Amino acid sequence: MPVTVELPKEKWNGKVREITLGATPAQGGTRTSTVTVGGETTLPFLHFEGSIPYRPAIAVEIQDVPPQDWSTTLLEAWDTAASDPVSWAKKAVELGADALAVKLRGTHPERQSRSAAEAAETVKAILGAVGVPLIVYGPEVAEKDNEVLVAVAEAAAGERLALGNCEDKNYRTIVAGALAHGHLVVAKTPIDVNLAKQLNILISDMGLPLDRVLMDPTTGALGYGIEYTYSVMERLRLAALMGDSMTQQPMICTVGEESWRQKESKVKDGVPSLWGDFAERGPLWEMATAMALLQSGADILVLRHPKTIKTMRETISKLMSS
Amino acid sequence: MALSGLDIYKLLPKTNCKECGFPTCLAFAMKLSQKGVELSACPYVSDEAKAALEAASSPPIRLITIGTGENKIVVGNEVVLFRHEKTFYHEPGLVVRVADSWEPGKIAEVVSQVDSYVVERVGMKLTLNGIAVENVSGDATKFVQVVQLVKQKTALPLVLMSANAAAMDAALQIAGPDKPLVYAATPENWQAYADLAKKYACSLAITDSGDLSRLGSLAESVIKAGVADLVLDPGTRNLADSLASLTQLRRLALKKNLRLLGFPILALAGGDDSTLEEQTILATELIAKYAGIVVLGRFDPTGIYPLLAFRQNIYTDPQKPIQVSPGLYKFGEPGEQSPLLITTNFSLTYFTVAGEVEGSGVPSWLVIADSEGMSVLTAWAAGKFDAEKIAKSVKSAGMDDKLGHRKLVIPGYVATLSGEVEEELPGWQILVGPREAVDIPSYLKTVWKAA
Repeated sequence: MPVTVELPKEKWNGKVREITLGATPAQGGTRTSTVTVGGETTLPFLHFEGSIPYRPAIAVEIQDVPPQDWSTTLLEAWDTAASDPVSWAKKAVELGADALAVKLRGTHPERQSRSAAEAAETVKAILGAVGVPLIVYGPEVAEKDNEVLVAVAEAAAGERLALGNCEDKNYRTIVAGALAHGHLVVAKTPIDVNLAKQLNILISDMGLPLDRVLMDPTTGALGYGIEYTYSVMERLRLAALMGDSMTQQPMICTVGEESWRQKESKVKDGVPSLWGDFAERGPLWEMATAMALLQSGADILVLRHPKTIKTMRETISKLMSS
Repeated sequence: MALSGLDIYKLLPKTNCKECGFPTCLAFAMKLSQKGVELSACPYVSDEAKAALEAASSPPIRLITIGTGENKIVVGNEVVLFRHEKTFYHEPGLVVRVADSWEPGKIAEVVSQVDSYVVERVGMKLTLNGIAVENVSGDATKFVQVVQLVKQKTALPLVLMSANAAAMDAALQIAGPDKPLVYAATPENWQAYADLAKKYACSLAITDSGDLSRLGSLAESVIKAGVADLVLDPGTRNLADSLASLTQLRRLALKKNLRLLGFPILALAGGDDSTLEEQTILATELIAKYAGIVVLGRFDPTGIYPLLAFRQNIYTDPQKPIQVSPGLYKFGEPGEQSPLLITTNFSLTYFTVAGEVEGSGVPSWLVIADSEGMSVLTAWAAGKFDAEKIAKSVKSAGMDDKLGHRKLVIPGYVATLSGEVEEELPGWQILVGPREAVDIPSYLKTVWKAA
């Protein structure tokens, strides 16, 4: 007797907010392409159940100064492109970046301690060289972040940059800068559903519309706490689909930064031979981290290695084809 | 799905004979629903009621064992769709495929490598779980020879993959006692494969790449033929379709209580024509989303390690975080003038601190104190990370002999302990490190250097 199995579908009431990064000349910016993420009405890639209007985007991480502490695997892959932010930006776009995540590390007081004005110039130069939207990060030192990001916000008025990171102790100045100059913010909280909601509420209370807030739940790399990030993201996404408005922000994950911080990606000698080939290990570690977080709801992956960029582009295309 | 007391009452004799020790059948039913009494306490219960109650109390995803002895693969019995709802219980078995068309030398080498593969993470040894032998040649004699060869090289469980029932029978004659998984019954051959599974008392995989209704029909046929231990292969091979079918199967078992499809799932990841990247990415998805057995098309240590680490991460009980083994950890090649830090053995604390210390590029020593898996503040509040514990951990790590200095960096959150630690460790200078791990690199490069 033939069996008829009815495919189980959940009825979700909620929807992830649609957020657009970047503005074209018609929209008050200078971008030749924009990136829209969010809008999902179901769990990641369950096309049989709901709508997933936009593919997760790939942002490629670049820095304003040549990185000092990156794995040789990364440095060799980017080679001379990484010596200058403009050539790096162009190369990243060539390799398929939907957006760039520009880290202004050179403004860090313990690095080159570049001024806010210099940082703003760097961002302007990148905007002039490529047409994709930018996510711009300060040095991740509270006071300097405020200084740098406000200068950047002003210099790039109307471009719909995403400015990061807003954290619970340091969000007001950055949000004010975004409000004044037509940008978005990245709201980062330490792997906690309630803290994430709380920060979205605080930012929204300042008058920034929620369609200008990306949520960074804090990424733990594969083998380094990914299970915490994974579950917090699943909980946030389930809450969003069940209609909890303050969890409906698209999620951005700093996959590259976290997975390339680890011994597996950085250390070539003196590690177990069963860890495998050093040159391939780092990219695979980054790819597996990225894949796991796509499964838990990542809308933007911030990646580092050219191979990962290529492979995750192909992977996202496969996941989006139904 | 659990039955309510009233559901159970309807199945009882309703005579209120009191022989079960309860005043009424309803009272007995209520106690049964809370699992406070055994059904056998009722002397008059019908066979029909027994069957219904047993079915309702059996797990929604049947527990399946492949292989024997300490290496056996045990999968199934999962109860949630999302790990934060409870936990994922049985890690998926990761098995590596070999083809009987390969040179015997290559087969022997791959099997030996799989057999001996072990990496250690947070004090646990992570290993692969089995070998799938595929009868690519279609030839029974060759298949048997290769199964024999594989058996000589490993005691890991086997998955026997053949579309030729005669070849399968021949292989089971030598491997049957090891309880391999028989792969696979299809709508065309299921009768013969069901007979083999029964004859050798092995679990049987069933596959139909059509849809889940067809897979359900096949399951029904095989179950009616008397095979109880099934593994399902929905036949989906790409990322999007696999995610959909495995999610649907998990939901059908858990939310619809569909017994016909309440079995662990086997999925193939990678074959001769896919890259290591493709295999790793598909296997990552399968581990996260509901596979019970993942057959890896190729063995490459570089691709195995991330999968074993990810499986360990996802199958960690969210209520019981992994504890890191207390003791001394080295970053870079620390020497006698390198900094010494201490923190607790909550895995996330360890990983956060270790990541930052590693990332700083400053060769360092890190002592992990046994805080019973608590983070710094929680452990401090609970008295599991006090001056005495800190001093004892530093001493038992033998730091007196390893260091040319006598400086210890304690977490900023327990700054208040610094005086007490100095008393416990005479001659030592206690430095208060940052409160947050993210500030460790700059601390090591500036404050530590100056100290």
